[in-house]
Amino acid sequence: MASTIYGMVAEFKSESQILNAAKKTKAEGYNRVEAYTPLPVHGLAEIIGLDIKDTLLPWIIFLAGVAGLVGGFGMEWWVSVIEYPLNVGGRPLLSWVQFIPVAYECTILAAAGAAVVGMFALNGLPRPHHPIFNAKRFERASNDRFFLCIEAADAKFDSKRTAAFLSTLDALSVSEVED
Amino acid sequence: METELSQEEKKALLQIASPSQHFVEGEKNYEIVTEQIGSMVLNQKKHGIPWFVAFFIGFVLLNVLMASVGWLLYKGVGVWGINIPSAWGADIINFVWWIGIGHAGTLISAILLLARQQWRNSINRFAEAMTLFAVMCAGLYPLLHTGRPWVAYWLFPYPNILGAWPQFRSPLLWDVFAVSTYMTVSAMFWFVGLVPDLALLRDRTSNKVVRFILGIAALGWRGSAKHWYRYEISYLILAGLSAPLVLSVHTIVSFDFAVSQIPGWHTTIFPPYFVAGAVYAGFAMVLILMIPIRAWYNLKDLITMKHIDWMAKIMLTTGLIVFYGYIMENFIGLYSGNKYEMAIVYNRWCGPYRVAYWGLIFCNGLAPQILWFPKVRANVKWLWASSLVVSIGMWLERYVIIPVSLTRDFLPSSWGYYTPSFWDWAMFLGTIGLFTFLIFLFTRFLPIINIFEVKDLLHRERGHHAHDGDNEQPLEQAKVPVLAEK
Repeated sequence: MASTIYGMVAEFKSESQILNAAKKTKAEGYNRVEAYTPLPVHGLAEIIGLDIKDTLLPWIIFLAGVAGLVGGFGMEWWVSVIEYPLNVGGRPLLSWVQFIPVAYECTILAAAGAAVVGMFALNGLPRPHHPIFNAKRFERASNDRFFLCIEAADAKFDSKRTAAFLSTLDALSVSEVED
Repeated sequence: METELSQEEKKALLQIASPSQHFVEGEKNYEIVTEQIGSMVLNQKKHGIPWFVAFFIGFVLLNVLMASVGWLLYKGVGVWGINIPSAWGADIINFVWWIGIGHAGTLISAILLLARQQWRNSINRFAEAMTLFAVMCAGLYPLLHTGRPWVAYWLFPYPNILGAWPQFRSPLLWDVFAVSTYMTVSAMFWFVGLVPDLALLRDRTSNKVVRFILGIAALGWRGSAKHWYRYEISYLILAGLSAPLVLSVHTIVSFDFAVSQIPGWHTTIFPPYFVAGAVYAGFAMVLILMIPIRAWYNLKDLITMKHIDWMAKIMLTTGLIVFYGYIMENFIGLYSGNKYEMAIVYNRWCGPYRVAYWGLIFCNGLAPQILWFPKVRANVKWLWASSLVVSIGMWLERYVIIPVSLTRDFLPSSWGYYTPSFWDWAMFLGTIGLFTFLIFLFTRFLPIINIFEVKDLLHRERGHHAHDGDNEQPLEQAKVPVLAEK
């Protein structure tokens, strides 16, 4: 198979440089842009462009928490009132105050599970391979370099012009990434 | 304390006293931080004699644990010193002790994160690992105390042919849910924190097998900006969930006692003072482990004297809360007008276990007061010794709570005396072995400091200077010729 191009990548040295470059790239009209950084750079995701999927996570976690609460309490109610009622000195079967700890733990467990699973799932992980790993010196993206990639899927992408544009951005290197 | 201060102590004192908010010292950039921490995993030659000695001790004691568990399973729980009236003994003492130690990890990683205490970035990974291992040690005890741990799954609610369900009104069942949730959430929190660092080591290693294993563990993390965005949301919410969780866990552990009617147990002060005691014991354990490890692995510029000092201050603060708890316990006991409660206070002071009680007051109440002195906090040897004293004190606290009340309840005819047996001690030593064994395996095979968070800390403290100098090769040309097109 003939090698196709995934995108054009530029390498930067610092947080401020990549923030700057991302801003300029967006201003230039590129939309399929992604940045890869060794540590979270605040504001970068917003510049590159968030969509509805990126703001979904807190809702997923909240709903999972509610489900954990309802599920946990519901289980206690069903077991103690319907399935296995124990009459202890005529005390009420639905002694809800004493059901709080378990319902609470179920809430936390479900919400925390959703926070982890949801985060990885929305991120499309686990995914052992990704074309960006073909980028030159990309092994430093987890250490001390900041990479900005304009993907070939972008309507405005043209390998020559995009490379020319990226090299105006004060990058350490600009190179093509094979798919 | 009258001796001449050494050069190092003087430096430490100056560091503690300085108003600077810097928690990363020395010449640092991202590459240096990566190398300093990552090489502990990638360069196995860095682990010298101290590691082997500590690991060997852990390994030997782990075998003691296996022998004592084996003997216990063969003979039954009768090999422990427990009997009526003291059906709970060293097993529950050690359970509470271990689970308390775990709490400092979550406090450091979650509560300090929410409080924007960025200095925690250098110590949270280690403290979280400590949490996990301490909860593992803790979990062993109730499991074995059931007598038939192979049917421990009966504790969980599931449809079964016995037609029986757990009793949701029992604090012991709350404990099952609290501890298993705590273990699960702590493990997930720890793993989420590890993923970017595993990806870093995956990219850095030259060994193919190591890269393959790390590649699987890192889940293909590539540091995309959108991934980081969701990662941070997830991490923050996890911290927000863990913070009340950690408070609930020891609260529920204290309910095991407080919900019963035994004098000395039936008291509302238990939840807050158990939680404070847990954090107290946990910080003591963090210091016990971190003081030698930062010296062995040259991590003194990442885990600075300022970190040590602040941890000591948190230890002192929670210690004061615990001490206040002891005072109130006595006050309420005497003020209650209830003769059983008054008797238990008298029993603690002058009864058969008085040595343990006054030992506890000394270890937890009086001895740690030396931490008020900056000179003590600047001296790691003194600090290490005080942390050890606190750990002993916290064990004595649980000892005083459990057998003293159980063996001196309402009816003098049912009184007794509790002595831990040989196997109780063997198993306690054994769990210390398991803990040490796991801690040193962790030290060797995973990055013990959160690398990307330390970089974040470095970036906050030094801004642009966190990057390496201009010794880079000149701008590389693109593969395609750059044309001066319009």
